[in-house]
Amino acid sequence: MYDSIIIGKGPAGISSAIYISRSNLKVLVIGKNETALNKAHVIENYYGFEKPITGEELFEKGIQQAKNQNIKVKNDEVIDIIWDNDKFIVKTVNSEYESKTVLLATGKSRNSAKIEGIKEFEGRGVSYCAICDGFFYRNKKIAVIGNGEYAIHEAKILKNVSEDVTIFTNGRELPQNRSIEITNFVEGKIDSIRGKEKASKIVLNDNTEYEIDGIFVAEGTASSIDFAKKLGIFLENNNIKVDENMQTNIPGIYAAGDCTGGLLQISKAVYEGTKSGLSIAKKLKNI
Amino acid sequence: MSNPIEITRENFDEVVLKSEVPVLVDFWAPWCGPCRTMGPIVDEIAEETPSIVVGKINVDDEQELAVKYDVTAIPTLILFKSGAIRNTLVGLHTKQDILNEIF
Repeated sequence: MYDSIIIGKGPAGISSAIYISRSNLKVLVIGKNETALNKAHVIENYYGFEKPITGEELFEKGIQQAKNQNIKVKNDEVIDIIWDNDKFIVKTVNSEYESKTVLLATGKSRNSAKIEGIKEFEGRGVSYCAICDGFFYRNKKIAVIGNGEYAIHEAKILKNVSEDVTIFTNGRELPQNRSIEITNFVEGKIDSIRGKEKASKIVLNDNTEYEIDGIFVAEGTASSIDFAKKLGIFLENNNIKVDENMQTNIPGIYAAGDCTGGLLQISKAVYEGTKSGLSIAKKLKNI
Repeated sequence: MSNPIEITRENFDEVVLKSEVPVLVDFWAPWCGPCRTMGPIVDEIAEETPSIVVGKINVDDEQELAVKYDVTAIPTLILFKSGAIRNTLVGLHTKQDILNEIF
């Protein structure tokens, strides 16, 4: 069992890991090589660099810095977090880990599904949590919107309640080396979700219509916000609410970086990473 | 000061539909993370609001009631007044939001 698992290997996650590791605690950092930093071609406003540095370079240097301090950093995608009384189970595409605490530091997804009707039918046929709401769609027609391992994971959960599960990739491709074979998928771009009282059909740009009973949204890689929604963590304006120790309303789950809102700056992510790392160490060592 | 009542299909009519005071019903399930957060909030509302009855329906045991009241996502709070639905609130909400939005 790990003392802490950090989801996300950007400036918040790596900074937190360094402080946790320095307290002689067992920490694991898991993340994909996707980061908002890749979009920063030149960084000139971050302390200590004589010459401008690219976001990609800074991201790689951070990971290397952690590795040089013997911190385990895994390149994997987290698809689920389960709160199991006194521990958390972190599921990735390739493995499963247990930890006493978790830090959500995946950054903030900037590619949320902007499909007409999604917001309108939230809670009325549109859900973000297969494990919570799949139950209500036993033997019904279920759609999952998404195209990555996260969507595949949600589809797998939903397969337990209905054979009729279709992944709608919304114009994107499913991963080539996916973890399971998916037979029911629609690759057309989605125009809208329609219905009266509840969502009842998905309409593609080419006007093809699919009758559905329930839609589960699982776009891209699961973000800190997605995990928060499933775990029952409070959000405010789609940012994770944390206390002064960067802890969420679930004891043992912390959040840092872009996902808590405020300035989307590296310096702020580093500060919150540091703060969360120190808080986690303090909690686990009962200081 | 009172605790939420566990509502089943056996006592639903008596506790909810025939109640003389408004009844706030929390549809929940043990496997649902947001329900786990909302549970203690609903307990607090029950304790602090003696003018209403607060009940909980475990949808895992009482699927028929969930279907009857069109619950397709949890947690869902429904406020009944004189046997009819007065308001519905779906998803995780803070205590303040619940008090502001449902009553």
